[in-house]
Amino acid sequence: MNRRQYNWLILIIPLIALAIWVDVSKQITISNPFKSGTSLIDRNVQTRLGLDLRGGLQVLMEADLPADSTVSTSDLNVTRQILESRANALGVSEVVMQVAPPRRIVAEFPGLQDPEQVVASLQQTGLLEFVDMGTTPVAAGTIIQTDFGTSTTTSTATTETLTTVPTITPTSNPSATPAPTETPVAATTIYHTVMTGAALSSVNVQAATLGGFDIAFTLKSDSATMFADYTGSHINQYLAIVLDKKVISVPSINSKITGGQGIIQGSFTQESANTLAIQLRYGSLPIPIKVVESQSVGATLGAESVSRSEVAGAIGLLIVILFMVIYYRLPGFIADLALMVYAMVSLMLFKLIPVVLTLSGIAGFILSIGMAVDANILIFERLKEELRAGRTLHQAIDLAWKRAWPSIRDSNSSTLITCIILYWFGSAFGASVVKGFALTLALGVLVSLFTAIIVTRTFLHSVLDNIKFTEHPRWFGIQESHNESN
Amino acid sequence: MNLIKYRYLYFGISLLVIIPGVLALIFWGLPLGIDFTGGSLLEVKFASGQPPAITDVEALYNEMSTSQADISNPLVQPVGTDSLSINSKEMNDALKSQIVAALKDRFGGGQDVTIENFTQVSAVIGKEVAIRAAGAVALASLAILIYITIAFRKVPNSFRYGTAAIIATIHDILVTLGAEAILGHFLGWQADSLFLTALLTIIGFSVHDDIVVFDRIRENSNLYRRIDFTTVVNHSIVQTLDRSINTQLTVMFTLLALALFGGTSIRHFVVILLVGVFSGTYSSIFNASPVLVVWENKEWRNWFRRKPRTENI
Repeated sequence: MNRRQYNWLILIIPLIALAIWVDVSKQITISNPFKSGTSLIDRNVQTRLGLDLRGGLQVLMEADLPADSTVSTSDLNVTRQILESRANALGVSEVVMQVAPPRRIVAEFPGLQDPEQVVASLQQTGLLEFVDMGTTPVAAGTIIQTDFGTSTTTSTATTETLTTVPTITPTSNPSATPAPTETPVAATTIYHTVMTGAALSSVNVQAATLGGFDIAFTLKSDSATMFADYTGSHINQYLAIVLDKKVISVPSINSKITGGQGIIQGSFTQESANTLAIQLRYGSLPIPIKVVESQSVGATLGAESVSRSEVAGAIGLLIVILFMVIYYRLPGFIADLALMVYAMVSLMLFKLIPVVLTLSGIAGFILSIGMAVDANILIFERLKEELRAGRTLHQAIDLAWKRAWPSIRDSNSSTLITCIILYWFGSAFGASVVKGFALTLALGVLVSLFTAIIVTRTFLHSVLDNIKFTEHPRWFGIQESHNESN
Repeated sequence: MNLIKYRYLYFGISLLVIIPGVLALIFWGLPLGIDFTGGSLLEVKFASGQPPAITDVEALYNEMSTSQADISNPLVQPVGTDSLSINSKEMNDALKSQIVAALKDRFGGGQDVTIENFTQVSAVIGKEVAIRAAGAVALASLAILIYITIAFRKVPNSFRYGTAAIIATIHDILVTLGAEAILGHFLGWQADSLFLTALLTIIGFSVHDDIVVFDRIRENSNLYRRIDFTTVVNHSIVQTLDRSINTQLTVMFTLLALALFGGTSIRHFVVILLVGVFSGTYSSIFNASPVLVVWENKEWRNWFRRKPRTENI
């Protein structure tokens, strides 16, 4: 064995150790030797299962705007953040929300029992309005009617915000609730909406000079001028903060608010100020959202799928291992060892990245085992040819790898190209099925290139240093007589 | 071993497999799942172990159907012994709850009826997915064609290798789509996004196999410059035959294990993969490389002559 092979061995052995460590752990921790009590690495490395395996709900949401209107990515991201905070507030753990540009958001709620409720609450909380109350305020908690969203032509003051939110309604899914809830309407007065929550750029709680707490807000520049004009002409009148048509606070306008910065004063405690600030921050979505696709899987179906796929995977792997030993003898056995390294390293990567394992992802992984074996088969067929041609063993091994490489490279590259296109396709419309498959297959192909080419070869050279091929040609599946049998 | 001699026989076998599939596609069509058409899929499990008759469920759906949510004439299929899968047009959550409640009342037998799976896709999304799917397949083919042309740039007529690979790939796509159409007609399977994943995987595998043989042709063309192309191709196919069969076997083993012991939810996917992977290996040995020979000899000039010489080379 030459020095280069030993170098690989130095890399491979710690890698195997690392893989075993990560594979058997649920949490990996490396404590910091220089500072006690702290750790350099502290990661949860539990295998993450997708919804189809553990049960849960997946919802694909789309901006409820005309198809020709453009949705800015930042608006979409803000919407995702708001929805995520709402979902977390519901007490749902491990919610995953991803933006699928140009106009969609995918949300996953693992292990949920009552999916409809989640969807309804995600959709229903929604519209924050600043409503002109004139001189007669209504009590907090009253449900009022506003002119926002009912007519898009009459109001002039709200045009700026209307460009981003043309037809927002609290329950934007037309089929979600059959009858609109109109019962507790306090008055038939239709109030004028000055602006919506979309005009706010930041909201903070601050200590008031006279004790208690205030809420400071900053408006986006395009709304600041309009708000300055409005407040200037409505001093000493009331401006209600209305969330989903329900009045949550009715501050009065004390002075003209210029520069887009204002303060909401009142007898706030820190807690009530925080609550209001959160409502102001997260109360309204910059984009109205509707659900276009939902999928829920019962947990029992998922558990059954996991155990069955595990059994199937184990059986498949066992058959492949036996086949390799029986057909290729010693090299086959070495390839099986490399295959186990492959399985361990892949699992480690899945846990570290982390890759969310779905049913199709497991299928992709099992298929990539087939591809990992293919690289070895290609090399071993070459090895046989070179040995038949009468080369020495070490020469034959080097030649076999060298000659098999172009076909391994080109065939795996084409698989990777397909994976990239699949991944793009999956991301584009939130099909986690396709995406998971592409990701595990691509990872599998990359890891298999390493194990089939470097690990198998290093192991083979290490073993061959200690045996003489000429005494044991059968170990390589070669007949004693060198016949070119085609 | 002269494999290339019978190339027209191999093409004939391919046609024999493809034509029924294509006819099935034309007359029965490809049964598209709700991933592509939009609609809802409700899978319910009856704890009593006795799901109602299909016609009863159809009647229930027709009864519940309204002008706003038209869910009449659903497609009802048994899943295992205790579950039903019901495919209908889009419905809202409220209607779904009503249906599940009604199923429990009427057919539950006093025991629970649980939702195993509920998928809802709007028609707009479905259409978009279908368009994107076609785009993904076309893009994958184009990318592979370009890659092969570049990878084989040092061989004369490198463009032919990419084209031959695409022809073999189209062969596999047709076989797979045909199998899906036939199986869909008799077993009620629907092409969903998993089917699409299977199709794209098959394309990847098929090209993977083609390239291994092409690589041998590339290598042998440089080694034996004096020998004619047909012999070189034949020699290359024979040399890679062991590998082709062994790789095919290992992939088949893992897929068969998945099909026999894996969950029912991926059986459809795995069976389609089995069909496609087999087709992929066949086409890489018996279609892709023979196409190169046909092209090299420009044999189409002899196809319509009175005495076709090419049949017995």
